Amino acid sequence: MDQDNRSLISLEGLGREDILSLLEKAAGFEAQPNRKILDGKVVATLFFEPSTRTRLSFETAVNRLGGRVIGFSDAATTSSSKGETLKDTIMMVSNYADLIIMRHFLEGAAKYASEVSPVPIINAGDGANQHPSQTMLDLYSMLKTQGRLDDLNIYLVGDLKYGRTVHSMLTAMRFFNPTFHFISPEELKMPSEYKEFCRINGIRFQEHSEFNEDVIADADILYMTRVQRERFTDLMEYERVKDMYILKNDMLRSTRPNLRILHPLPRVNEIAQDVDSNPKAYYFQQAKNGLYVREALICNALNLI
Amino acid sequence: MGKTEKKELLVAALENGTVIDHIPSDKVFDVVSLLGLTHLDNPITIGANLRSRKMESKGIIKIADRYFTEEECGKLSVIAPNIVMSIIRDYEVVEKKAITLPDEVHGIVRCGNPKCITNHEPMQTVFHVVDKNAVTLRCRYCGKDVLQKDIKLL
Repeated sequence: MDQDNRSLISLEGLGREDILSLLEKAAGFEAQPNRKILDGKVVATLFFEPSTRTRLSFETAVNRLGGRVIGFSDAATTSSSKGETLKDTIMMVSNYADLIIMRHFLEGAAKYASEVSPVPIINAGDGANQHPSQTMLDLYSMLKTQGRLDDLNIYLVGDLKYGRTVHSMLTAMRFFNPTFHFISPEELKMPSEYKEFCRINGIRFQEHSEFNEDVIADADILYMTRVQRERFTDLMEYERVKDMYILKNDMLRSTRPNLRILHPLPRVNEIAQDVDSNPKAYYFQQAKNGLYVREALICNALNLI
Repeated sequence: MGKTEKKELLVAALENGTVIDHIPSDKVFDVVSLLGLTHLDNPITIGANLRSRKMESKGIIKIADRYFTEEECGKLSVIAPNIVMSIIRDYEVVEKKAITLPDEVHGIVRCGNPKCITNHEPMQTVFHVVDKNAVTLRCRYCGKDVLQKDIKLL
């Protein structure tokens, strides 16, 4: 149904070929990011929850494609603060715009919006639920740096319990025969339902609580996430583990030459500053790739490429 | 045996209508409200905390001159999967059916996720039934699972 009205709510409905085709389109936009494909189109960016990075990336994508942007970056300045329902806001905005890109603090908000909206919706994050454009740019970054998505050794580090991006990655990578390594403190381990998902889909994985040079020696991709203090019920435990999942430059000495380090950003201290100048650090380019991927997702939603 | 006969007599005492049996005692009034029985004028008998061979304590509801659609029956399975519904015509049990869960449950159950959109918008909840035996429902919107022990009705 999402595909019928061309909304993008999650990646769950996409198959291997759908994903590869979108990534190929993104590569086309990287080669030629400025095109007048959206000439005469109006795109609304409705950010009920602030997210500067995601909003700027989407708005840049629209601008580089020659479209116009309307919207808001904080729901406090809109009628939803007066008690307007999401449905009413969506119905009103769909009178003006050809496409709605929305971020909402409630889970399922984008799905519901796609059911009531006459124009396509792109989900730019709904609470802890889905953030498909982030996952697509992660996949694009892996494809670009490794030359393939198949048969990669992917190491996920940090908060694997609440990390939305790592969960979405498992789902999207199920077509590409990956081997995952889950590195996390006990309190933030990969939830059993996702491990079950791996078993059902024949995805190999290993769990580690240690994070050091030896553990990551065979990694193609090191995907870092932040261990957040507020996630811990036991603060003693937090104090004990908080510095154990920090990537330092000297840990990269004997890693594979093709290894690339990804991070969804913002980073706090989980990647030491001295890693930034290592050629294996890729997180800033990764964020830049978000632009090309979002250009592809926008054009796909509007059926323009 | 004598006991069983007596029980069947109790059920058959209805001339025409529906007997809903094997309701867990604490769910009897959920069944009443789900089927909208308070809005009916038909004679209704409600029993709770009755002894049963199959379960510790059960409830039973008899409704005269009223039959229920598949959809109405399906709703009941959400709160109690082992309910048995008997159709009575002319004092005879003409059909006895175990209730089965439909593939989707619309507008009956509340999503347990406080951050789910369905708990904040005036909209209908929708759940996909992912496990009919254990009664596990998955919210169409936020994707979270609701287990039978956590099911709360709207």
